[in-house]
Amino acid sequence: MIQSKYWWRSLQDKLMVGLATGATLVVLVPLVAIFGYLIYKGIGSLDWNFLTKIPKPVGEVGGGMANAIVGSGVILFIASLIGVPMGIGTGVYLAEFGKKRFGYLVRFTADVLNGVPSIVIGIVAWSLVVVTQKHHSALAGGVALGIMMVPIISRSTEEMLLMVPQSLREAAWGLGISQWRTTLSITLRSASSGIITAVMLSFARVAGETAPLMFTTLGNQFWNFNINHETAALPLQIYTYANSPYDDWHRQAWAGALILIILILISMSLVRMAASRGVFKGGN
Amino acid sequence: MGVGVQVNQLNAWFGATHAVHEIQMDITANHATAIIGPSGCGKSTFVRCLNRMHETIPNARVEGTVKIGDTHVYGNGTSAVEIRRRVGMVFQKPNPFPTMSVYDNVAAGLKLNGYRSHRDLDEIVERSLRQAALWDEVKDLLKKKSGASLSGGQQQRLCIARALAVEPEVMLMDEPASALDPISTSKIEDLIFELKQNYTIVIVTHNMQQAARVAEFTAFFLSGKLIEFDKTEKIFTNPGDKRTEDYITGRFG
Repeated sequence: MIQSKYWWRSLQDKLMVGLATGATLVVLVPLVAIFGYLIYKGIGSLDWNFLTKIPKPVGEVGGGMANAIVGSGVILFIASLIGVPMGIGTGVYLAEFGKKRFGYLVRFTADVLNGVPSIVIGIVAWSLVVVTQKHHSALAGGVALGIMMVPIISRSTEEMLLMVPQSLREAAWGLGISQWRTTLSITLRSASSGIITAVMLSFARVAGETAPLMFTTLGNQFWNFNINHETAALPLQIYTYANSPYDDWHRQAWAGALILIILILISMSLVRMAASRGVFKGGN
Repeated sequence: MGVGVQVNQLNAWFGATHAVHEIQMDITANHATAIIGPSGCGKSTFVRCLNRMHETIPNARVEGTVKIGDTHVYGNGTSAVEIRRRVGMVFQKPNPFPTMSVYDNVAAGLKLNGYRSHRDLDEIVERSLRQAALWDEVKDLLKKKSGASLSGGQQQRLCIARALAVEPEVMLMDEPASALDPISTSKIEDLIFELKQNYTIVIVTHNMQQAARVAEFTAFFLSGKLIEFDKTEKIFTNPGDKRTEDYITGRFG
């Protein structure tokens, strides 16, 4: 009996493995295609000038996106300053204390916020910061992106903390370690690699956002190091250049997109490396 | 040195479920007391009431009084954190901190409570590991080996060392050997024998031979009630209650 069904089970097995492999390929193909096409279109325009020079006036060939690269860095730094502590803090609250009604409310709000179109977040940051300051600024863009990071980080942090076995918390409590110490040094530490992944995902997600920056940081063709002024950002620069009628700008837009992806890759790898060397495992 | 534990009219609930009924018990200092009884009889819940671990479960509730030495465990001015420092606990499943080395696991209770003197820490870690009969097996890799990489029996002894490092007065052991093989079990039992000279030990166990081997006193629980509490010898040779006799002779449970 069992023998006679063997061919069927083995067929089922092969079928499922085939389906899973197929699904993986379907996911991989567009990823590789996008990256490959970006390299193909962008690598030719990527040179030292592109990385070190600011844009030239229309009509003059050359120039680069150095100001936009730095601007994006500044905006993302501000965003992380806001988004990472708030996100992790909210996640800790939800996982360790948020079993009550208020917790459900926060959780629901975070999920809704996650689904709000980024341009709406931009409007919020505009009315909060730009209107109050009466001018556009890198700060406003950072606030917009920071707000976007919060729900992503907080919900993932919560998931990661809930995966830490209760027995570890009990072990710590049993030693007379206070609740906040347990959360900080035992629970968060045990979940740190998952939380770092969540932070990096949210970082990569907002790094490419264009819409919320349009009326917050506005963009700038020149250098600006003051976070209270209009600032160039890579996604904005790409958007402007790609929409322009000039071939030279199109070329630079491709290079900008490539450099954006490369910078995200580099920053993610750096954080991963730091994490595996235990830089974030301090705190006891 | 260990101190005695006095339990008076202790009741515990999980939500609406009344898990522990009206327990009255005097646990003698510097002796081992075993808690036996069938699964679900409230043994674990009872010991978790002694160090206020029960209240960490949502909707759990405790009534009655517990005294550790002269301190009212559920007194107004008493903090759970303070009680748990004085009443150590070893759990059924070994639960070393996976992100920490062997050394840091043992030192965790002190370090995370703000104790910083490194020379003292080294001494305390060594002493605790020796007490837990683990020193010789781990001394060369103290700071290199992760607590989670030890074998199950070693992990449990590590957890005992970790609990000893904060120098508690009472040690609660919730089926400490039930997940271990016979050799590790006998090591843990030898350990309990050593430890009770300096600590008051309350050990929950499913294994009646274990209770007979390590404990001077034995309490038999059934359906959340304390049925009989007496010298171990008396419980196992001449129990006063029919239900105790049925249980220890294997007629039910």
